[in-house]
Amino acid sequence: MLRYLIQRLLMAIPTLIGVTVLVFTAIRLVPGDSITAMLGTEAGLLTQTQRAALESYFGLDKGPVQQYFSWIGNVFRGDLGYSVRLGEPVGDLILRRFPVTLQLALMSVMIAIVVGVPLGISSAIYRDSAIDLTGRLFALIGLAAPNFLVATVLIYVLSVYFGILPNAGNFTRFTDDPVRNLSQMIFPALTLGLAFSASIMRTTRSAMLEVLGMDYIRTARSKGLREKIVISRHAFRNALIPVVTLTGIEFSYLLGGTVIIEQIFALPGLGRLTLNAIAQRDYALIQGVTLFIACNVVIINLLVDIGYAIIDPRISYADGS
Amino acid sequence: MLTAVESLPVTGKPPSWRRTARRLLSTPSGLIGAIIVSLYIAIAACGAVGLTPHPPLAQKPIDRLQGPSSEYWMGTDILGRDVASRVIKGGTNSLYVVVLSVSLATFAGTLIGITAGFAGGFVDNIAMRIMDIFFAFPAILLALLVVTILGSGINNTVVAIAIVYTPIFARVARGPVLSLKETEFVQAANCIGMRSWRVLLRHILPNTIPPIIVQVSLALSWALLTEAGLSFLGLGTPPPEPSWGQMLSESTGIAEIAPWLLFFPGMAIMVSVLGFNLLGDSLRDVLDPRMRGSR
Repeated sequence: MLRYLIQRLLMAIPTLIGVTVLVFTAIRLVPGDSITAMLGTEAGLLTQTQRAALESYFGLDKGPVQQYFSWIGNVFRGDLGYSVRLGEPVGDLILRRFPVTLQLALMSVMIAIVVGVPLGISSAIYRDSAIDLTGRLFALIGLAAPNFLVATVLIYVLSVYFGILPNAGNFTRFTDDPVRNLSQMIFPALTLGLAFSASIMRTTRSAMLEVLGMDYIRTARSKGLREKIVISRHAFRNALIPVVTLTGIEFSYLLGGTVIIEQIFALPGLGRLTLNAIAQRDYALIQGVTLFIACNVVIINLLVDIGYAIIDPRISYADGS
Repeated sequence: MLTAVESLPVTGKPPSWRRTARRLLSTPSGLIGAIIVSLYIAIAACGAVGLTPHPPLAQKPIDRLQGPSSEYWMGTDILGRDVASRVIKGGTNSLYVVVLSVSLATFAGTLIGITAGFAGGFVDNIAMRIMDIFFAFPAILLALLVVTILGSGINNTVVAIAIVYTPIFARVARGPVLSLKETEFVQAANCIGMRSWRVLLRHILPNTIPPIIVQVSLALSWALLTEAGLSFLGLGTPPPEPSWGQMLSESTGIAEIAPWLLFFPGMAIMVSVLGFNLLGDSLRDVLDPRMRGSR
């Protein structure tokens, strides 16, 4: 087990290094020089000496390899660069915006589990019944409807039929006013959560059907156990493993994939920060946010993998692939 | 979430495509999926040859925000442009992006996956670690990063989406190669002195096609969603060329007085994705009997 954990940890290191190389290279592939990209038209006002001083300050006068090591050294010290457009260190901006995205991702996952798991179980137990058909139809529509469509329809329905404008007003943090915060977060979380619940429903149904067809379930039934116990103690616990994995992976992607929803509902999270950085061509910020999100995904996936190995004794620890 | 399809059973005998198509169309979901996808292609073809009720870019301010009528089947937008014509032309643009990007991703991903799986060892390790790096980025974020580098535009959207989905195809293609390398018929081909590239092309490649075909049908729906998402953010197909995502984005704020602006492009996206999903799921059921009825 320990060997497996160490193996997984070691496998994550090259991925993390690769992520830093990719982000570093990607930003340097943007056409034009970095100073012009940073300052826009104002760069034209710079004298040769000022430009040289700025290049020296940002380390742009060094070679790409030196620049990479200098940048990565700063990243390890917690310095992700400086956003010229917003006039703040990138690290501070990320730390201020991240809680909003984290709360949105957590609420979405909770909604998805509450809706998707019971629906998936019922669908599997009452296979080919009206419940199953409804559940499968829900999953089909949930997977086909993009979240920005659901969000736009939701805003339309709420504003036209209920007089509520979910994307209006200043954002309130949970610590400042929990009720107001939840009222602002519930609709974006519902939008993301319902789409994700479709995947959870399908995974739960599929896993339950597989488990319900196994010999040990037949044995449990034949020894006279009540159906409720067979389902809850024997079938559900084993069917839960792929659902837990899916939830973990989806959660990590939600931390970086809420861009459109944050934009539609005007939430000041990481996604909206990324979009604004792209619109203003704020490369230090794009680089910092992308690196932060990608590292989060790698680390959460690693934790999911480790957690999966702990809860599922069937995994062969000798096989690191 | 993007996931690679599970490896299909390796039999050493590629399935008969005529029988696969017959079985696919004999299932209700496969048939509905095929009908929807055919309709989508037909509508996109109409847009490509200019078969639209009105010119999609023509503005008629006097007719702005008209509801659906016999003249304007899906109403008009804020600039007086015919929504039906824009939905048709939007279908052409989305099909262009979707088909090109998925073709590129399929080609590049399959090439990487097959080469890595066949070579094994160091090459396989390096290739798969590089693919892992790409998997660390949520699809929309990676697409946004690529668009930032290349700039927005329809062809850059194609490249962005292709880069996002290449690693998935690499994984899907690599899996069967690893199993096939160990099969008796491949080892026999090696023993009789057949060249590596011939073994790869003659015996391995045909057997990797079924999972790749399934992945293509699913990737088409993801690519459609990504294109619509990028266009919704104003980073996909540039205006005035219509795109479903961009039309949906334009409806925000005025959907209260003109709900048709939200309804028609929204339905176009949803129904097309549904068609690809149904087709993909049915193909997987037909090609992998283990999965039948599990969804």
